[in-house]
Amino acid sequence: MAEFNTKSMSYVLRVNGREYPVTDVEPRMLLADILRDTLRLTGTHLGCEHGVCGACTVLVDERPVRSCLMLGVQARGRNIETVEGISDTDSLSPLQEAFWEHHALQCGFCTPGVLMTAQHFLKTHERATRQQVREALSGNLCRCTGYQPIVDAILSLVEDASGPTP
Amino acid sequence: MKPAPFDYIVPQSLEEALGLLHDLIAQGVDVKVIAGGQSLMPLMNMRLATPAALIDLESLSGELAYIEEGNGLLRVGPLTPHYRLEESPVIARACPIITEAEALIGHPQIRSRGTIGGSLSHADPSAELPLIWTLLEGRAILATKTGQRVLRPQEFFISYLMTALAPDEIITEVQLPVALEGVGQALEEFSPRHGDFALAAVACQVSLDEAGCLRGARLAVGGAGPTPIDVSEVLEGYRGEAVTEKLALAVANQMVTHLDPPDDLHASREYRLNLVRELGRRAILKSYQRCLRTTDV
Amino acid sequence: MTRLGESTRRVEDPRFLRGQGRFVADIEFLGMLEGMVVRSPHAHARIGRINAAKALRMPGVVAIWTAQDLPRPCPIIPPRLSSTPELQLALQPVLAETIVRYVGEPVALVVATNRYVAEDAAALIEVEYQPLPVVGEMGDGAVNDPVNDPLHPGMSDNVIYRRRFVKGDVETVLQSAPHRLSLNFQVQRHSGVPLETRGLVARPIEDRIEVYGPTKVVHFNRSVLAQLLGWPIERIRFIEPDVGGGFGIRGEFYPEDFLIPFAALKLRCPVRWIEDRREHLMSSNHSRQQDHSVQVGFSDEGRLLALCDTIWVDSGAYVRTHGVTVPELTQAMLPGPYDWPALDIAVNVCLTNKTPTGTYRGPGRFEGTFVRERTLDAIANELGLDPIRVRRVNLIPPEKLPYSNGLTALGQEVVFDSGDYQAALDRALMEMNYTGFPDRRRESAKLGRLRGFGVACFVEKSGLGPWETARIALLGDGKVACFSGLAALGQGTETMLAQIVASNLAMDMEDVLVVHGDTDSVPTGHGTFASRGAVVGGTAAYRAAEVLKDRIIRVGAQALEAHPDDMVLKESAVFVRGVPAKKISFAAIWAEADRLGIELDVEERFEAQHMTYPYGVHCAEMEIDPLTGEFRVLRYGVAYDVGRAINPALVQGQIVGGVAQGIGGAWLEELAYDSEGQLLSASLMDYLLPGAPEVPDVEVWLTEDAPAPSNPLGTKGSGEGGVVGVAPALANAIVSALGISDQVACQLPLTPERVRTWVQLRKEGGL
Ligand SMILES: Cc1cc2nc3c(=O)[nH]c(=O)nc-3n(C[C@H](O)[C@H](O)[C@H](O)COP(=O)(O)OP(=O)(O)OC[C@H]3O[C@@H](n4cnc5c(N)ncnc54)[C@H](O)[C@@H]3O)c2cc1C
Ligand code: FES
Ligand code: FES
Repeated sequence: MAEFNTKSMSYVLRVNGREYPVTDVEPRMLLADILRDTLRLTGTHLGCEHGVCGACTVLVDERPVRSCLMLGVQARGRNIETVEGISDTDSLSPLQEAFWEHHALQCGFCTPGVLMTAQHFLKTHERATRQQVREALSGNLCRCTGYQPIVDAILSLVEDASGPTP
Repeated sequence: MKPAPFDYIVPQSLEEALGLLHDLIAQGVDVKVIAGGQSLMPLMNMRLATPAALIDLESLSGELAYIEEGNGLLRVGPLTPHYRLEESPVIARACPIITEAEALIGHPQIRSRGTIGGSLSHADPSAELPLIWTLLEGRAILATKTGQRVLRPQEFFISYLMTALAPDEIITEVQLPVALEGVGQALEEFSPRHGDFALAAVACQVSLDEAGCLRGARLAVGGAGPTPIDVSEVLEGYRGEAVTEKLALAVANQMVTHLDPPDDLHASREYRLNLVRELGRRAILKSYQRCLRTTDV
Repeated sequence: MTRLGESTRRVEDPRFLRGQGRFVADIEFLGMLEGMVVRSPHAHARIGRINAAKALRMPGVVAIWTAQDLPRPCPIIPPRLSSTPELQLALQPVLAETIVRYVGEPVALVVATNRYVAEDAAALIEVEYQPLPVVGEMGDGAVNDPVNDPLHPGMSDNVIYRRRFVKGDVETVLQSAPHRLSLNFQVQRHSGVPLETRGLVARPIEDRIEVYGPTKVVHFNRSVLAQLLGWPIERIRFIEPDVGGGFGIRGEFYPEDFLIPFAALKLRCPVRWIEDRREHLMSSNHSRQQDHSVQVGFSDEGRLLALCDTIWVDSGAYVRTHGVTVPELTQAMLPGPYDWPALDIAVNVCLTNKTPTGTYRGPGRFEGTFVRERTLDAIANELGLDPIRVRRVNLIPPEKLPYSNGLTALGQEVVFDSGDYQAALDRALMEMNYTGFPDRRRESAKLGRLRGFGVACFVEKSGLGPWETARIALLGDGKVACFSGLAALGQGTETMLAQIVASNLAMDMEDVLVVHGDTDSVPTGHGTFASRGAVVGGTAAYRAAEVLKDRIIRVGAQALEAHPDDMVLKESAVFVRGVPAKKISFAAIWAEADRLGIELDVEERFEAQHMTYPYGVHCAEMEIDPLTGEFRVLRYGVAYDVGRAINPALVQGQIVGGVAQGIGGAWLEELAYDSEGQLLSASLMDYLLPGAPEVPDVEVWLTEDAPAPSNPLGTKGSGEGGVVGVAPALANAIVSALGISDQVACQLPLTPERVRTWVQLRKEGGL
């Protein structure tokens, strides 16, 4: 039988390998808001709430997804990864280190979303051109860095397949 | 920017989804289905759409997300997300223009969740999949609780963001002809930024006869009117002729006489026509060259 | 040990990389409620009855305020900079009382349990509006058209401010000049649009209130809130959280900066307000919209003789905190790095029914640099000269510095302090291999593409005073705390200060704790704007570190029984020169000083008498597809003299990021309105920010040829030079590609559609 949910519902979300109970929330709650306000995982940011800026990017079953265009309830049974899960140790992951080294962030507001997109890109690419990296980042706006250091940071972790610059 | 309240319904089967849709509509409930949510959710967040009930089709992915090829037909489940089309070897072989198009649709994050069924149903005249579906004269199977019908693009698209879908109807399959050996396809589009909806787009498919002259000819334009527009007749007029720069230009010039795009924030009518002309020329030549590459003329 | 001039990593980054930044929306207190502003859907209308009864009955809705429910008279936001009596007539109330004057103007405040419920409630509030005629355009139409009644009582027309500056007998010079050109320019409305929208959390505690979210000018804004609430400032604590970009628009005092603390105090509980993106685009400061009518006279060799410019500035519906800063800066910086014998520059500031405006990174210079540098290329074109040559004959030579252009900006005479403008141009052209351009152009032509090369020279201002203080204290564990009145909006302020202090005290910057943006910890300060952070706040920290260093040495000398002159600082310890075994750590110094009663907690204040003027050159090389008007930037470079770079990587980051914003303003971004005053670009689908594929790689050639004479670090600001030259560099490259000039590429943004139109003109011109 179909499941009907009206005013409030409870479910479990699996985030960064941990199960979190989400109790008594309305079905309309966006995944981003559930992560931020209910689970207090505030690393995932909201910059537009209409799918353009990418600040809310998280991984759902290893794919990058806008958490502002997904309901929390739609993430039941999925594997969600957020910026908080990139490194569970004291040290930073190689990706985070590369961002630090290359000055790939300024205000840091876009950074969590950019990192999640980059995680996916690195998993699926061993080599890449600058252009490919730029296109992969097209769904993550950054207003501070001009992207160049972000591209440099990501390229430092793959084999650079770009030809010589003109 | 948060959605208004709604009842959230997860059906267990297509049959059940259709039944619920039917019943709720009959009760006068403003109900909508949601697939990937990549068009509907922005509208809901902005409260430009405020459905009272939402039937989430995602639970039907087992049933309705597939890519199958057989008997010259490509059959795609409506819930197939963009990224699966993008990565599918079957698509790359049977309908390479879709592979080409997918790279231009939004961004990786959008392609993770947006679906082909949602894309057709949303009916943005600039969207790539509606354009390709129009170009190839595909079919869509639409189902209600009581029955099914099959529509062609010209019947399906009515106007800007408007389709022939009845409120209690769901697309249950999208069909496209498999590109035959020797066919060349190309998509040319122009958008302000990478991943934006195109200001204008032209898709073309050609095949050649033994003499290397034009035989099959399909041509369609996106972003230049309320729906994707099939202008194949223009190209058909040149059947049997050699595909040259001159022909491409002539077709492109003729093509725009069939169009009446609006002015909007991002482009004037004039400029859109200019783009269509240029993109048309390129698409024709590119599909021709791709033809040459695959045929041993 | 950290050094000055080293490209160290930033101390801020690890927390952001782990998702542990603490932005205002991340702050939560028990029992916190959510505020939401109900905004006008009309550009100009009289407010009738407001009925909130239905909304108030909704579960979860706690309170609703309209202007009628506020203290009387309705609080009005005072200006922070550049005000005149006339401007006072057009200040904005925190809620519209009888008339709304732009789409997005606050009309009511809803407080509810969360944003979802607040939006449900907002939809139920009924407001009657009687529409009034809309003043949509500035300029003569807005003034002379009888339909356009003044927008505010007491004004005689909608031109709220006029200022004219004349040097020399411009009319006569123009009459007698061998050549004259008339050009019209338009810069479109756009703005900073940081990735984080604005937000606030206000929390009453006993008889005080804490406000989280202010930035940029925290201390000033606290005094404004104190004034509007009628409270002493000590009872208000402002705390700056992490901030997702400012760019001029964030951190000014907006209506919400009163409304949210007010609501929190009334309800006696914490209230949060987070602007959504649509609200942001229609309510945060807009900027940049200007029209210029230029007449320029010049000689056969391209020597500039006179410039006459009439500038119209569309200021929107109210005068906000910046007063007329942008118009003044436009005027004062318009002459740029050139020696103009005669100038006549008039600005007219006009009110319209649009969102009010303020500063956006490079205010007045983005606009003015575009107008001036485009004009120089038009002159070159008219004379058939190389645009570089026209610049060379007119750049102010080093021996003429310091050079006053006679104008004033931000209350100071513009005196270019140091530099070699010619050298910067040479460097840029050499790096770009300008001499090879004709060959490259031919290669492109073979492929049917038009190749162009454009330059833009600029001078920037930085280091606005009046002063900044820094307090530096050695802590018991041997670390150092640095308290600064600066704000941090993503530029790396913490790193900059830590680096200055650490390098002075020969320690690691990780051991310097920077405290800023909390009015309880740092009682005074002027904040971060106008590229002043490193110059003024950095110098204050430098001075304080010097003083602390002296004291540390004194204590060390006593403890080690050696002469102070023989002391060396290394790795957070004091050594006797040549005797590595004789040392005392900073932690031990602290204990020793405590015993001796020597204060290791010092405060210094740096007064910046004059601004300092960095300068540089932007270069762009591009290819245009003549059939679509699409252009591709093939190379982009900026030569920039910062005086002295404290951290070159940070400076580079500022320039590259600035160029990306310049690209947006030059090519993509526009806050467009229809004739009803409706904002057409109210989402990021329609307001086009440049993404990674749109921004080219930017080469930056930093030089340190001309240290600022006015501060011991020799540093000049670097926040704005990246943005100011992009529009003219791109426009001139387009002009170079097309080979025509007059009235081409004089309007921004340089959309492919416009470029395509200019390509057509070129054809009609028979070229
Ligand atoms: C930033 C951004 C950029 C984008 N750029 C592009 C682009 O360049 N090109 C492009 O083509 N698209 C673009 N999109 C849209 C994207 O392709 C969407 O995935 C697609 O338009 C809708 O698919 P969906 O599955 O998300 O549908 P949903 O959003 O779930 O639904 C859309 C509509 O279709 C209806 N619907 C969905 N499935 C069915 C069905 N099976 N039967 C009947 N009705 C159904 C829904 O009720 C709704 O009305 C972009 C989206 C975003 C947010
Ligand atoms: S907040 Fe989700 S894309 Fe901007
Ligand atoms: S670092 Fe500020 S938006 Fe990217």
